[in-house]
Amino acid sequence: MRKAGMSDVQIFKDSAADRSFRPKWFTGRLFVYGLLILWAFICLFPIYWTLTTSFKMAPDVMKGNLIPWWDFTPKWLGWKSLGLSPDTIGADSTVRDEFMKRFTNSAITSVISSVLAVMLGSLAAYGLSRFSYKFLWMGNSDISFFFLSQLILPPVVLALPMLVLYKELALLDTRIGLILLYTLSVLPIVIWIMRDQFSSIPTELEEAALVDGLSIWGAFITIILPIALPGMVAAFILSLVLTWNEYFFAALLTSTHANTLPVMVASQTGSQGISWWSMAALSWAAILPLIVIGVVLERYIIKGMAAGAIK
Amino acid sequence: MSGSGDLLHVVSNDNISNSRKAWGRGIIWGSGLLMALVALAQLMQVQGLHDFGLTSWRPTLYAYIFWAICLSWGQVLLYGEQGKRTLFVLPAALFVISLTVFPLLFGLVIAFSDWNLSSPDGRQFNGLANVRQMWADPFYWNALLNMVWYVLAILVEYTIAFGLALALNAEIRARKFFRVAFLLPLMLSPVAVSWMIGKSMLEARFGPVARLAKFLGWETPSFFGTPGVAKATIMLMDAWTFIPFMMIMILAGLQAIPKELNEAAKVDGANGWRAFWEVTFPMMLPVSITAILIRIIFKLKLADIVIAVTSGGPGGATDTVTSFIFREYRDRSNVGYGTLLAMFYLVLIIIVMTILMKLADRFARPRT
Repeated sequence: MRKAGMSDVQIFKDSAADRSFRPKWFTGRLFVYGLLILWAFICLFPIYWTLTTSFKMAPDVMKGNLIPWWDFTPKWLGWKSLGLSPDTIGADSTVRDEFMKRFTNSAITSVISSVLAVMLGSLAAYGLSRFSYKFLWMGNSDISFFFLSQLILPPVVLALPMLVLYKELALLDTRIGLILLYTLSVLPIVIWIMRDQFSSIPTELEEAALVDGLSIWGAFITIILPIALPGMVAAFILSLVLTWNEYFFAALLTSTHANTLPVMVASQTGSQGISWWSMAALSWAAILPLIVIGVVLERYIIKGMAAGAIK
Repeated sequence: MSGSGDLLHVVSNDNISNSRKAWGRGIIWGSGLLMALVALAQLMQVQGLHDFGLTSWRPTLYAYIFWAICLSWGQVLLYGEQGKRTLFVLPAALFVISLTVFPLLFGLVIAFSDWNLSSPDGRQFNGLANVRQMWADPFYWNALLNMVWYVLAILVEYTIAFGLALALNAEIRARKFFRVAFLLPLMLSPVAVSWMIGKSMLEARFGPVARLAKFLGWETPSFFGTPGVAKATIMLMDAWTFIPFMMIMILAGLQAIPKELNEAAKVDGANGWRAFWEVTFPMMLPVSITAILIRIIFKLKLADIVIAVTSGGPGGATDTVTSFIFREYRDRSNVGYGTLLAMFYLVLIIIVMTILMKLADRFARPRT
């Protein structure tokens, strides 16, 4: 991008070409900010729309009112149907119980599978970045490729064989079954990020530690892991987001006990005639944890995704 | 990634006694034997030869896990220091092999059989009948063709993402705000997005986008009515979710370009447009190719929003391969045919991705 700094230093008298630079710079700014604001609006409006709709009543929805307190009065309608409004929060609510069950399922599966993936992935990435392996005909680069190539595998290829296998293993509709598949699906991404992370750490660090009498695993745990922590956090957060949002496997492999939140949201939207306000409340409740994570941990997510972009 | 030799040189002198070696071999083979015995017992149970009281293959799974642990421990016992290094990669490798390679082999068997999960007949080998059915299935080929369109839409996504990355990379205020705002769509669950955008904002009567369309002169806005419009709408929704991903990768690339380069270009008299095409864009080529390739991989898995918003309609215009197979299974609960379709898709993907990666390699090399 163009930088404006140079025209500020006036050594010679401005020529006509230089003077035309200011307005051009100004329109450039205007364009950049216009673009940014437009896109920020496109990104944020659906979130805003869902939040406000969850407080609307039927006439508000039909009239297309947009701004609370100005063209409609917010009511707790949507949240009442979820059992999460102030006056229903104390009372028993089957919908809320259902929601909390799905929420817990989502939380448990996504956290455990992300932890597992980060553990397995970090170990593998570390090993591959430090030692040379030989397994049959496969060297290090082949093993790396084997792990990363899993990214290409579309979930649908595994889905039906897994369905049959899980049925035989009595893992259908269990959290463990989902956790295993989720770990598998984010493992290549974790290895991708962690490989990048470990290769940026100089090997002299471990060599010094080994001279001091630590074992390989000792050096790895006490010296390397703390340094690689930011990368691990990035990989963890990214895995968390992906597994929290996963729908396909959950829809196929769970039915009543282990349903995750996306399955609940999808099953509600499928039925026609459901009220917008309660759907909006449900959708908003489902995405809220991710919005929080996105706002608070944005740095790590960007770090994770940028890993491997620059080689 | 170095080709040969350890990056980390460790001097180790292991004197592994014979008894330790024997013990190591013992636990590996012993646990392997145990696993084989449990599997055999289960097999006899399934065949009805003998009743061991086993209700599922779960015990075999436990035996497998036990064997995997013994195998890892055995590495250390047998090879000492070298075994400890193997221990870094072995768990992940075992995990991936048991969850992909084994199901894939199993999938090959299923793909050539007629297996209705809800019927009591069980699996029936039916040779190439599934292949013939696939060959004559217009909906599957239609779904494959749709994937080509969906993948082509990535070029538009890329252009938008590049523009946004350039804007974010400029000297702007409130950069953190814009970055978070731009990132958010990627964080949201596609299923929730399907409702938020697909089912409410694009709703023909009350949705705000429909209102805007009416205001702009489209008399009867309908975003999922005709095949072309429906496909474009799904593309847009998917783009909305995934543009942040490409944008961040491109932004990372932009920030890695040394500032001097652009300044040198300016000294040489290149204006913004020319500097972009002759300096920034060529410098960004490797990152762009990586971003596009990864995006294609994700795009080929597209299913959630299609299943949740249109379930393939109208007339299969928005179907992706994944959503088609999903419906195929939901409607007929026949795993055989669905698996064959998925396997064929996998083969296609591998061929296409290999060609693309080779092309990308050739395309990017002379300039970097």
